[in-house]
Amino acid sequence: MSPTESAITLTVNGSRRTVRVSPSTTLLEMVRTRLELTGSKECCAEGECGACTMILDGEPVNSCLVLAVETDGSEVTTIEGIGGAGMTPLQESFLTAGAIQCGFCIPGMVVAATALLERIPRPTESEVREGLSGNLCRCGGYSRISAAVMAVAGGNAAT
Amino acid sequence: MTWFEYQRPQSLGEASDLLRKDDSVALAGGTDLLVALRHRAVRPALVVDLKSVSDIAEEIEVEGDRLRIGGRVVMSRLTRNQHVGRHFPALAQAAAVVGSVQIRNRATLAGNLCNASPAADTAPALLAYGATVIASRPDTTRSIPVEEFFTGPGTTVLERGEIVTAVELPIPPTTIGSAFARVTRRRGVDLASVSLACILDPSGRARFGFGAVGPTPLLAESTFDELATDEGWSRLLAVTSPITDVRAGAEYRRAMLHVHSRRAFQAASEQLRAAT
Repeated sequence: MSPTESAITLTVNGSRRTVRVSPSTTLLEMVRTRLELTGSKECCAEGECGACTMILDGEPVNSCLVLAVETDGSEVTTIEGIGGAGMTPLQESFLTAGAIQCGFCIPGMVVAATALLERIPRPTESEVREGLSGNLCRCGGYSRISAAVMAVAGGNAAT
Repeated sequence: MTWFEYQRPQSLGEASDLLRKDDSVALAGGTDLLVALRHRAVRPALVVDLKSVSDIAEEIEVEGDRLRIGGRVVMSRLTRNQHVGRHFPALAQAAAVVGSVQIRNRATLAGNLCNASPAADTAPALLAYGATVIASRPDTTRSIPVEEFFTGPGTTVLERGEIVTAVELPIPPTTIGSAFARVTRRRGVDLASVSLACILDPSGRARFGFGAVGPTPLLAESTFDELATDEGWSRLLAVTSPITDVRAGAEYRRAMLHVHSRRAFQAASEQLRAAT
């Protein structure tokens, strides 16, 4: 039996997209393979690591735990939708703070941190650490990642 | 993932009919279901998405002396709700430690109960506060006390086609003391090795909800007088039966259960004394 595909329409990074997907396709798979936006990463595929973080209707979510069909009519922002032509101050801050090592977790980190700063523009360091606790960095770059976010948030953490 | 069909019904009747079919599963936030689908722990023919069902509320409302939490309310909304924070702080605390920010933005309170994990983070607080689960079908609605809701790991008293439309909590008529405790291997994104909530009222009654120390979340009741003695504590904790698994050994669980229950009782007692 072949999967019944259905057409869904959603807004991805500001543009309306219509995609035919099968019910078992996750939002992450659809974005990476059908829309060819490969910035979001698949790592644990079970909501533990945050590498696939996207902003869905205003809130950060693990896109590996969302079915593509669930997002019909939704608005999605991926890492490609953050910053436009240049980088955002947050992304610059990740670079200057030396927060990027292998880089695999960084798209998810940046999306989660962007969402965090939208909700709490001037977070404390513990709010940053809590806000990013769903994003794992196996290089262990947490101190610099948190410093990068604090620096751009007007915090006083040393970089 | 295996192949399945997907439906997104608009009404409770339609959703209930779809869920009456064999091999259908309900999808709320999906944070447990998607993991189970990926691991092929469930192989449904049909996934019924409840997010568009208008009879399942997305709101948290005070109705007389009760707080009604709609079946589609997600954890992050619970943690930010003023009524929950004011009347049910242990529930707010429990919701705030479920998974991660990303998980809490999707995971629903109703889903946490229906998934029926012995370690369900919100269950101890709901047990201690005396919450009821509102389960509906088009023709009938029943209120199930949380302590009667779970029947084993992953199983509940819900019948096929029955959908949890809300969770209700009685707003405490007087000042009460409350505490929540949770032992995990690491601070974020972990399942509880032991979790508990403790509610004390001025008449001297104590209600404890326990998680991850038995086949289901458990309720135990006692009194301040009873808990002044070691025997009283032993009787209180006799309802639990911790096992050894990947997260903790049975002995460790038992030890942590004793320590954290006493600390929670202490904290809730101090809160109650300060307020009265």
